[in-house]
Amino acid sequence: MDPDLSAPHSMGTTIIGVTYDGGVVLGADSRTSTGMYVANRASDKITQLTDNVYVCRSGSAADSQILSDYVRYFLNQHTIQLGQPATVKVAANLVRLFSYQNKNMLQTGLIIGGWDKYEGGQIYSVPLGGTVLKQPFTIGGSGSSYLYGFFDQAWKDGMSKDEAEKLVVKAVSLAIARDGASGGVVRTVTINAEGATRNFYSGDSLPLWHEELEPRNSLLDILVSGASPEPMSI
Amino acid sequence: MSSIGTGYDLSVTTFSPDGRVFQIEYAAKAVDNSGTVVGIKCKDGIVLGVEKLIPSKMLLAGSNRRIHSVHKHAGMAVAGLAADGRQIVARAKSEATNYERIYGEPIPVKELADRVASYVHLCTLYWWLRPFGCGVILGGYDRDGPQLYMIEPSGVSYRYFGTAIGKGRQAAKTEIEKLKLSDMTCKQGIIEVAKIIYGIHDEAKDKAFELELSWICEDSNRQHQKVIFKHNKTLLILFVWKEINTLF
Repeated sequence: MDPDLSAPHSMGTTIIGVTYDGGVVLGADSRTSTGMYVANRASDKITQLTDNVYVCRSGSAADSQILSDYVRYFLNQHTIQLGQPATVKVAANLVRLFSYQNKNMLQTGLIIGGWDKYEGGQIYSVPLGGTVLKQPFTIGGSGSSYLYGFFDQAWKDGMSKDEAEKLVVKAVSLAIARDGASGGVVRTVTINAEGATRNFYSGDSLPLWHEELEPRNSLLDILVSGASPEPMSI
Repeated sequence: MSSIGTGYDLSVTTFSPDGRVFQIEYAAKAVDNSGTVVGIKCKDGIVLGVEKLIPSKMLLAGSNRRIHSVHKHAGMAVAGLAADGRQIVARAKSEATNYERIYGEPIPVKELADRVASYVHLCTLYWWLRPFGCGVILGGYDRDGPQLYMIEPSGVSYRYFGTAIGKGRQAAKTEIEKLKLSDMTCKQGIIEVAKIIYGIHDEAKDKAFELELSWICEDSNRQHQKVIFKHNKTLLILFVWKEINTLF
């Protein structure tokens, strides 16, 4: 049962992108695993590409990082060349291009979300093979399989910003409850005409679902307070 | 000409002592002797017009086109050496498709003009190349609306409301300046362009010509499109002449 710490870091993940009236909300959990071992419990899977475009990363941490680094570089050049912000479509198409051209080497699926003055808020998903899909909302990562039913029921066209953000946080917390490879905190990025706003929801502030246990203090706190000298009896 | 005999006019890579590159100026001369090419930007789009001189009566009507489509939303009219023009059009087409392949949306007209101008300019920098013997007028429609550019053999490109190149450019420009382009539609503009080209053509002195027209506007669904008048040619000529006579 020794954890294989040489296994590649991968983000068994829950990532979400949702459009609302006037913008988009991106959401993600924060767990990065090395096989069974949680290598990082507070990772940031929502990465900035430009001022107005962000990307949610899933799959191999290394692959998704290098891919978004390349796309960011090309978008910067493109922005300078045109003298105006790159559109979300351009960002999505670059991700698609690199995902497709290197499909044999990459293990990553991305969700691109952002706002531009021409087409407003947009969500694009680029899954494993390098297709690009424009969608009103999309979910990704291992945790997403627990969320399809929820989204079919809960997603509505023309939500407000707060409704959309509430939906995203609830959905990620649901996936965290079911999916062992998702966990930690919930991070969101909201993008609209005013710009991008980051939000953070700590693990103990999330609602508890089903048979989830209450958050507990660390073992040290329990021992110091003398509550239970026998930790394994909990 | 002062340059003749000095030897400074043979190479594109040698400046003359007073800082000129004569080969580029000669290339511009090739353009100045060609049939007139006119481009205007109306409030809803672009109109391109070419006075295509016919060297032989045995040529098939409509052949040797001087207006080409670059991609869906852009077109190019060539003055000067038509073969050189086709080379530029081919480059413009590949730049446009390349851009769209990488970025997933049509190339902005400004970007297309810049890239074509860079290519034209490149040919003025190496001793084993000669400059293009043609100037092009590039019209396009993108998210920022219709735009008109002209690229000269030197590689400069400027954006215009209306412009002309070729033999009759001065007269054509004078006529364009009289137009109220800002509140003219392409439907009105295309008649004006036809009138200008018929007007500057000297029937007695010049060779026979064929009028070539295209536009990019709301009526053409923002796509570059050749315009052929439904009436037969003599009808058109009569119509245009009647218009011209009321004008001058």
